[in-house]
Amino acid sequence: MPSDPVRGVRTIDASEELVKSGLIKKLATVGLAAALALTAAACSKGGTTPGTQAAGGPVELSMWTHNAGNKGELGAIESIVTEFNASQTKYQVKVQAFPQDSYNQSVVAAAAAKKLPCILDIDQPNVANWAWAGYLAPMEGMDDVLSKYLPSTVAKWNGKTYAYGYYDVSLAMVTRKSILKKYDIREPSIDQPWTGDEFMAALEKVKASGDFDYPADFATGWTGEWWPYGYSPQLQSFGADLINRSDYKSAEGVLNSDKAVAWATWFQKLAKDKLIPKKSSADPALDFVNGKSAFLWNGSWTAISTREKFGDDVLFAPPPDFGNGPKVGGGSWTWGISTNCGDAAGAAEYMKFAAADKYVAKVAKDTNNIPTTDAAAAQVPGFEPGGANDIFRQFSKKYTTMRPETPGYPFIATEFAKVSQDILAGADPKSALDQAVKNIDANQAANNYFQ
Amino acid sequence: MTIALPRTRRSASEQQDRLKSVLIMILRIVLCFVFGLPLVFLIVASFKPDTQIFADLGSWAAFLPVGELSLDNYIGVFERVPFAQFMMNSVLISVATVALGIVVNSMAAFALSRVQFRGQKLILGIVLATLIVPFETLALPLLWWCNQLPYFGIDGFSQGWLDTYEVQIIPFIANAFSIYLFYQYFDSIPKELDDAATVDGAGWFRIYRSIVMPLAGPAVATVAILTFLPAWNSYLWPLMVVQSEELRPAMVGIDYFKQLSVSWGQLMAYASMITVPILVLFIAFQRAFINSIASSGVKG
Repeated sequence: MPSDPVRGVRTIDASEELVKSGLIKKLATVGLAAALALTAAACSKGGTTPGTQAAGGPVELSMWTHNAGNKGELGAIESIVTEFNASQTKYQVKVQAFPQDSYNQSVVAAAAAKKLPCILDIDQPNVANWAWAGYLAPMEGMDDVLSKYLPSTVAKWNGKTYAYGYYDVSLAMVTRKSILKKYDIREPSIDQPWTGDEFMAALEKVKASGDFDYPADFATGWTGEWWPYGYSPQLQSFGADLINRSDYKSAEGVLNSDKAVAWATWFQKLAKDKLIPKKSSADPALDFVNGKSAFLWNGSWTAISTREKFGDDVLFAPPPDFGNGPKVGGGSWTWGISTNCGDAAGAAEYMKFAAADKYVAKVAKDTNNIPTTDAAAAQVPGFEPGGANDIFRQFSKKYTTMRPETPGYPFIATEFAKVSQDILAGADPKSALDQAVKNIDANQAANNYFQ
Repeated sequence: MTIALPRTRRSASEQQDRLKSVLIMILRIVLCFVFGLPLVFLIVASFKPDTQIFADLGSWAAFLPVGELSLDNYIGVFERVPFAQFMMNSVLISVATVALGIVVNSMAAFALSRVQFRGQKLILGIVLATLIVPFETLALPLLWWCNQLPYFGIDGFSQGWLDTYEVQIIPFIANAFSIYLFYQYFDSIPKELDDAATVDGAGWFRIYRSIVMPLAGPAVATVAILTFLPAWNSYLWPLMVVQSEELRPAMVGIDYFKQLSVSWGQLMAYASMITVPILVLFIAFQRAFINSIASSGVKG
């Protein structure tokens, strides 16, 4: 029997204990059962080529969406699909929902395996890159219908249309009328937004009161696409940009211009002077609702939770004007056709069917987002002219600057997020921006400027 | 012979020992808090509404079941994800990977440890060298391979393993670290046992099955744990290779709660539901696991 040589006492060997507890036998039994179940299950599943026809039946068109777990939008999409499937006998669209947070990874992996579905939804800023990479096919014969859409919901590249979306969202400076009144801050309007100086003075006033953890929350705890979506409009309001849009080749003299440095200095000052948290919590809207901040740089998606708490007191103010006009980002989820589709005509037929105003209204209503057409807006309570949410539609129409519609955008976005985080953490604005420009230009050149 | 220490020296030494015990105890309690508090937060937050979770942050209330508590988040989880399906998939994938992994890796290690053939050490070296390659760098080539490979099932021949259970299991059965663990353990079992068995007419498989494996309990348990955990926690690979909801494992389900507005309470409830059963399992078998890990030479 094994014994502990140090203590001189008999110990139970692990193997004995395992045998005693029957763990090995149990493991083997369960493992065998699992392996058998696996065989049965694995054999019942087979991949299908998108846009294929079962003998004598309709052509199956696979469709991927980012809405798994999002009952509202998924339900709306499924109801459009049901109506399309019932409207004709030639095609059957089959929806496959993926979780949003990991959707892009799933699509890119499927593209690498040439297993893309016929129809898929795409986050608008990725459209140019995916079109350039050959994932997406251009859509034709829809110009008339799409001319009624908000420009930010129609994704184009190289003069061709690759995707359209039912809705857009808009950034806004969320605050409360009662806060503005208490601290004697002017209530801004679309025609008269705050100037940069006015906004900074308002933050200082609120900070001096000590009533809030931070005067404002810019959602700096979020990651990924939020950084270019949320902060590049401010950069543009200062008069700079992410890339030179005349030819989309270089960021030199644009992202590291004097105006860009002014934006970076301002952005850094916000955190340095504790006007915003250097790193917000995971849910700044809930912090705002809980009274931890007086201003929230966020978007139209906060309307429900903030109104629920503050009612009519909540105010969705336009973005401050830092010299070049107030700016918001544009583009949300859009729909396109993949190059992998076995029946592109069927996919195009669905896309035309699904672009009707009533479907735009349906999706916008179920997601509480900005309907892309005027006709649909009139059908969605709150978004009709003068409605409570009409303000977002006006922001979208008046202030939108699209994120650069170039295949190089994903790299530009990553670089911008990185440099913004460095600046917020205290990096020298000019040298940080110079480095970002160097990296972006190197990537552009390495990809032959995405020609 | 015993030496009587002066009373004052003995009591000073006793005091020192006591102080040491107290300090160790305090350190253990602190460590317990450090590792335990996130779990407490997870479970407590799963019963709170989203606004309260964030209102409580920054105070001890975040770790206490205070305020408006309900099972709403748990109900919400069942409305949002097919929880039973995801759990069943995870159990199936993890258990199959472990069970098949034990068989395949132990056989490979047995061959490397007991059977004499040319290039044995070279093969072992190559197997060990694969340990330094991170999975992320292999993911895309592996995806490509899995998409090219044929499969024979009940429905007959098919090409490409994507969107199946087997693509989530088979690539992870052979594991260099498991082979090494078995190899190391098998090497410590006296070779004379093989000789005795051979004299009695046993072949290699009989020696493997009836002599070596019954003595390799600790190595089996260690490999089982070290294979089960990554299989259970697998996230990136299923994202890449599985498109059908009915084949997704539990870990991918976490993303269902991360929409534009994250449902924090439901996310905590879901995370509790997929973590606690595994935790309970490990607590129930902890003594066997610790013993097995200690005796198979895996530390840290």
